[in-house]
Amino acid sequence: MSDTSRSIPDRLQSPLERRLKSWETLLLAVAVAIFIVNSFTSPYFLNAWNLSDMTFNFTEKAMIAFAMALLIIAGEIDLSVASIIALASTAMGAAVQLGVGTPGLVLIGLGVGLLCGAFNGFLVTRMGLPSIVVTIGTMSLFRGISYIVLGDQAYRGYPSDFAFFGQGYVFWVISFEFVLFACLALIYFVLLHKTNFGRAVYAIGNNAVGAEFSGIRVARVKFILFLLTGLMSGVAAICLTSRLASTRPSIAVGWELEIVTMVVLGGVNILGGSGSIPGVVIAAFVMGLVTFGLGLLNVPGIVMSIVIGALLIGVIALPRLWENWRMQAAKR
Amino acid sequence: MLMQPDQTHDLPKVETGPPILALNRVTKTFPGVTALSEVSLELFPGKVTALVGENGAGKSTVVKILTGIYQPDGGEIEIDGTPCRFPTAQAAGDAGVTAIHQETVLFDELSVAENIFLGHAPRGRFGLIDTAEMIEKARAILVGIGAQIEPRTKLKDLGIANKHLVAIARALSIDARVVIMDEPTAALSQKEIEELYVLVEELKDQGKAILFISHKFDEIFRIADNYTVFRDGALVGTGSIADVSEAELVKMMVGRDVSQIFPNRAHNIGDEILVVEGYEHPTEFADIGFTLHRGQILGFYGLVGAGRSEFMQSIFGITRPSSGVLRIDGKQVDIRSPADAVANGIVYVPEDRGKQGAITALPIFQNVTLPSLGRTSRNGFLQLAEEFKLARDFTERLDLRAASLDTDVGNLSGGNQQKVVIAKWLATQPKVIILDEPTKGIDIGSKAAVHEFMAELAAQGLAVIMVSSEIPEIMGMSDRVIVMREGRIAAELSADTMTPETLVRHAAGI
Repeated sequence: MSDTSRSIPDRLQSPLERRLKSWETLLLAVAVAIFIVNSFTSPYFLNAWNLSDMTFNFTEKAMIAFAMALLIIAGEIDLSVASIIALASTAMGAAVQLGVGTPGLVLIGLGVGLLCGAFNGFLVTRMGLPSIVVTIGTMSLFRGISYIVLGDQAYRGYPSDFAFFGQGYVFWVISFEFVLFACLALIYFVLLHKTNFGRAVYAIGNNAVGAEFSGIRVARVKFILFLLTGLMSGVAAICLTSRLASTRPSIAVGWELEIVTMVVLGGVNILGGSGSIPGVVIAAFVMGLVTFGLGLLNVPGIVMSIVIGALLIGVIALPRLWENWRMQAAKR
Repeated sequence: MLMQPDQTHDLPKVETGPPILALNRVTKTFPGVTALSEVSLELFPGKVTALVGENGAGKSTVVKILTGIYQPDGGEIEIDGTPCRFPTAQAAGDAGVTAIHQETVLFDELSVAENIFLGHAPRGRFGLIDTAEMIEKARAILVGIGAQIEPRTKLKDLGIANKHLVAIARALSIDARVVIMDEPTAALSQKEIEELYVLVEELKDQGKAILFISHKFDEIFRIADNYTVFRDGALVGTGSIADVSEAELVKMMVGRDVSQIFPNRAHNIGDEILVVEGYEHPTEFADIGFTLHRGQILGFYGLVGAGRSEFMQSIFGITRPSSGVLRIDGKQVDIRSPADAVANGIVYVPEDRGKQGAITALPIFQNVTLPSLGRTSRNGFLQLAEEFKLARDFTERLDLRAASLDTDVGNLSGGNQQKVVIAKWLATQPKVIILDEPTKGIDIGSKAAVHEFMAELAAQGLAVIMVSSEIPEIMGMSDRVIVMREGRIAAELSADTMTPETLVRHAAGI
């Protein structure tokens, strides 16, 4: 072994090979399978406008899921996202009553999202509190403010040009929301997989102490991730409010769990350290397709949530069962 | 295999009565390291045996074997002359062996009584714990050892000294015949130590055999009856404490050839690079100051817990000192985080590789480039080709052995992991590199490679600080040594004035 010219290869497995064996590939197969099943079970499924409607099932949630994916990979979580939507929507609704126009409403929506994210980030990174506890608290806090302001009332009367964000189409059946979803997917893909910041996110999620000892500013990175998640909640709030053209305090109730489900289904380790944006994108389509397919078959909402839950457990359990079975087979 | 003590070591027979517990030629190996090599140890009723040795001599391994945490690879344990095995901690407890550790293994959220009787609480009807009885028994034991502690108090509300008393009470509650005390006085004040001595005397009167592990010679001579010395996992001496002097004990601990395996070094001491003045921390260290020159290797020696790592981590920005000045290249800098330290050319290779040094779930190249991403990237965007190039440059200089640069660091041996951590820091082109126990737990071959590389770095003008608890390493590598004791500088020695004896004396304060 004294060969001094010996050189360590960069990689033994090509990135393509690794990708083919990945979670994303498996998930893509699931998505295609669901698509095929849907097209046989309902005659209305393979219709461009119906498929376009389908995307509204996931676009708003997926926008938040991208930021949430980074946050979960870094070992934190934000359960207050749906309540940030409620608060941002309420703020926009109140502004409408004062006669604020569309540009102002957008700024208010984004601003409230950023402020809420900053509040979460401050409590977690400066006070050192666990994010699951902090954001369960702010989940009640943010939505509670909406309930105090609105009670059982609703804000309406949004300006007509505000409707474009949730109801507009850019080209034929391609909605503005879908274009925004695609752009954000690309931005988050680059951010997580192609930048120094994304590398730091993975390092922190795998070993926050080791990352700190390697000169990474861990608290700063985490704070930025909370800001991004808040900002995305603000973006989603604008789209959803525009689509519904009204604000009630119960807006987007329960979304935080659907968003976390989407992220985990996309292959992000709930304990942090691994996951990818393409995985989350495919998971968004899987969830959209399942909900839409069942909707066309007139399956009630409660059954849908059972199916989504079963899907999540199934997709996570199967690889593990497969692995156990292979290990036992190898022992024999 | 029957032990013939007079055959292997010509030692005086120290006791006429039979030992309660004996280790006969016990061996324990770990991958790449022989922790214990055919060591023997005898513990007699009513006697305190002091176990003495440097850090890493094998003392802790013996404690773990006696308490059923490790299984010996060879040799046997005898109780009252009968060979027996301790496959679990429970089995050791049932055989009457109990240990009071440096850091007591107790439960903060439980009450004192629950801690004392955990696992063997008195049972009442339906097999439920009889709380009243438990509290009464606990009170009786605590009164017996003169501890004024209410058994219903939660453990977390007690001070460290009282926690030790609870640990001792626990030892008594299981009716132990052999009590192991692993540096019991390390965290105690002088008054509390005196109370502990009284307690040890009482335990002796009750006929218990006590194994007393300590670095402090004054207390060894004060309370021990017998001694046993380990060095590098082997037994080097045993006998009655009355027949030995302090100097002889120190010599047994360190006596060996220290110069042969270390690289010859060119000593090109350059300009002053790092000056530290008056570094203070409320609990860990006080009044630390020194200067470091380019091309110099400055050793930091001391016992475990002397505050060396804590001090190094404050230079590196992990913990903030309460006061102190740090100048690098003559310029005063304020280091608030490791990122600041790295930016100022100070890097730190921690002792705990798995947690602090490397991110073991990430591949080699990502670990190496993590602090250097600013240089390998363009406008914040990763450049993988640049990363592989940088990682290859520095890992090959250290002769890293790995299947590929894409291999996760966790799959490498300890020595190769250490090389990745060192490569990571060299890639940042530092001015000062701090190595904390750089060769701990790595195989001999990697050890030599790390030593050689350290010498090379110094020759190239890097200033090196090496924290080590191994005297040969300190002696073989350092130009100058600072000995720390209890958070303060006990001595500063130059290469020609340091001897193993002076190092140990200053570190132990004798």
